[in-house]
Amino acid sequence: MQLARVIGDVVATRKDPNFDGTKLLLVQPIGADGKDVGRPLVAVDSVGAGVGENVFFVRGKEASFPFYPTEVPTDAGIVGIVDSFHVPSPE
Amino acid sequence: MLLARIVGTVVATRKDPRLVSSKLLLARPVDPTGKAEGNYLVAIDTVDAGVGETVLIVSGSSARMASGMKDTPVDAAIVGIIDAVDLAE
Repeated sequence: MQLARVIGDVVATRKDPNFDGTKLLLVQPIGADGKDVGRPLVAVDSVGAGVGENVFFVRGKEASFPFYPTEVPTDAGIVGIVDSFHVPSPE
Repeated sequence: MLLARIVGTVVATRKDPRLVSSKLLLARPVDPTGKAEGNYLVAIDTVDAGVGETVLIVSGSSARMASGMKDTPVDAAIVGIIDAVDLAE
């Protein structure tokens, strides 16, 4: 899983029917210092996250597991909202 | 999942039998502001997308969970047409 910050939301009317009722968010992966790392991506939200929050998300087929048995066709899913993280000495 | 813009169509007569009757599109990933970045990819369309539209692409084994893609040899599927991206920053 990876740390990320939610930076926006994505609206799509025409989409795979298994997405119905889910929320699509733009997340920017971050490092231990909280700085952006790599490119933003779109993730399905399963925990009620919102813009500005730090979250952790899972990549791959596992991203659809929170919605089991519905097969949500996603490769990235937010599975937790980070209250805080602490790194004694960032590398 | 990736945001991408459809830049063209791909025609292939000889292909895996499980891909027969699926539509192949050429897509280029874009950043949230719409700027193109990275390499082109061929994706299977499951939502009737067209050239010029911004779409949502699921990649890897998850692409097989798209509608009608069960057991097909695919690692990129178009699963949504983007209406809007609201960036907070």
